[in-house]
Amino acid sequence: MAVNVISSGLSTTVQDLGRPGYYHLGIPISGGMDRFALRAANMLVGNDEGAAVLEAVFLGPELEFTAPATVAVTGGDLPPRLNGDGRSTWEAFPVKAGDRLSFGYLRSGARVYIAVSGGIDVPVKLGSRSTYTLGALGGHEGRALKAGDSLPLGEGAGGKGAIPANLRRMPGSPAELRMLPGLYWHRITAAAGKQFFADTWKVAPEADRIGYRFKGGTVLDFVPREPPFGAGSNPSNIVDACYPYGSIQVPGGTEPIVLHRDAVSGGGYMMLGCVISADMDLIGQLQPHSPARFVEVSMDQALAARADRQAALARLRAHLGR
Amino acid sequence: MSIRFSFGGDEHIFAEVSEEMSLEAFFTSLSMTNAVKAAGIKGVTEICPANASFQIKFDPDRIKAGDLLKELQSMEGAASKSDATLQTRIMEVPVLYQDPWTHETLMRFRERHQNPNATDLEYAAEVNGLGGVEDFIKAHSSQPWFVSMVGFVAGLPFLYQMVERKRQLQVPKYLRPRTDTPKLTIGHGGCFSCIYSVRGAGGYQMFGVTPMPIYDPTQKVSYLQDEMCLFRPGDIVKWKPVTRDEYDAAIEAVDANRYEPMIRPSTFSLSAFNRDMAGTNAKLMEALNGR
Repeated sequence: MAVNVISSGLSTTVQDLGRPGYYHLGIPISGGMDRFALRAANMLVGNDEGAAVLEAVFLGPELEFTAPATVAVTGGDLPPRLNGDGRSTWEAFPVKAGDRLSFGYLRSGARVYIAVSGGIDVPVKLGSRSTYTLGALGGHEGRALKAGDSLPLGEGAGGKGAIPANLRRMPGSPAELRMLPGLYWHRITAAAGKQFFADTWKVAPEADRIGYRFKGGTVLDFVPREPPFGAGSNPSNIVDACYPYGSIQVPGGTEPIVLHRDAVSGGGYMMLGCVISADMDLIGQLQPHSPARFVEVSMDQALAARADRQAALARLRAHLGR
Repeated sequence: MSIRFSFGGDEHIFAEVSEEMSLEAFFTSLSMTNAVKAAGIKGVTEICPANASFQIKFDPDRIKAGDLLKELQSMEGAASKSDATLQTRIMEVPVLYQDPWTHETLMRFRERHQNPNATDLEYAAEVNGLGGVEDFIKAHSSQPWFVSMVGFVAGLPFLYQMVERKRQLQVPKYLRPRTDTPKLTIGHGGCFSCIYSVRGAGGYQMFGVTPMPIYDPTQKVSYLQDEMCLFRPGDIVKWKPVTRDEYDAAIEAVDANRYEPMIRPSTFSLSAFNRDMAGTNAKLMEALNGR
């Protein structure tokens, strides 16, 4: 049982829920950028929620199945076609040996998750099947898929059902990304902090699995200081430190970058705080040029949002009778 | 020194031991992260020491942020009093300075550099008030360096030079980061040197390349079969300038998977180092060279 790659799409990778435990070596957590959609895709095809799936961005791949299976596509609205006939996203559908899955043009969102019953059975590396392309680790040969690749599938019973729009989770416009100020927030002036939240930003073209850059907001004013030894002379420099997943760094005070699943694990730029865990999925669905705002929250509000996201996943499970 | 703690969203605690770099700050960070590891606190998922700070990732469904913060604060007293002695390793890293590959790359990105008319090494020599490239290479390779952080990308070591602060080499990073850096480039930014473990973006000045693999996700390199990443915080590195012929011979050995890095066990005491840097470094060289 296998999935053959006929064409690769823009950058299609094998991802699961990620590879925790190796950040101290510079190996990021990786895994799907929109893990809500990843879990939903697996639920629809009867897999464990953390089974490995394909993550495609902007442009879908073309795939051929060598055996019957169940497939589901979740996340952004990238319309699936089976042998040329339309299929719905967020809905399980059967495929036969020899069937071909392709995609139309992206209508909304940025990434889709293609789950196949049994899961993509590439070797587990450091506890995960996720692809970390920069480090050539995991997934299929440590890289994005290419035409001619063949991916083994596990055994799976399959599943059925659909997830209605009110049970999905996608960003609004502008996307509201809630963040907890902290880390080196004290390095900018109070007025700059206020303006950072007041501005509407736009996703820059440099937006990938490592991080999302935002532009179009006001340049930050820093609190004056003597550069600490080893930090560097720019006011945005710090002595190289760890970068948390979700942290917002602002090199030179100009364009914030939110680090995501394939984050660089550390470096020498100050960070304003972190986007809360509940909203990291939303970033994975933002296209370049789409508007976004950062919304200040407290730790209590961050934890309430985390509970809301877990409740939304519980509603999916209940809906599908899992 | 008192540690500044801050929450990084709902899943991280970030701890800054000191705003400025020093071996004292590094050792406090290492003692703290070792203490957190030893305590086996439930819900802690990542423990990451850095140069003068550290980071703990946790699962807020298993431990409350405030409770974890209290536990960390309770360890602070003991960590700052620890005797800062490490059982560690000293290793020799061969370097082909002024190699053709970083030269080709730095020429491609000249418009992003402070001095488009000089190479990175010429610029580094100039801003450190050294006579020329040969003097800079001598200053860079004559005394050992301390691995004070591993990260940025998989297995990349940040190295801090083991000399008095006034003798430390400091070079600004590129004005704008490059989009390309050859694999195994020896780089330098601020007071830190590094070895780029993979090819990719980078902002550090480029001085040379090492033939010695330091990260192997396929785990085929003989000395990277158990651990993909060679370096750990606390390792000590001595650069060894090599000729092009020696570099080529090392590459041949790497390709045949018979390359053996020179790695020796050693003990490092921060107080002994602060009392006598030259003497401590001389003893480290004896340990490395087996004399």
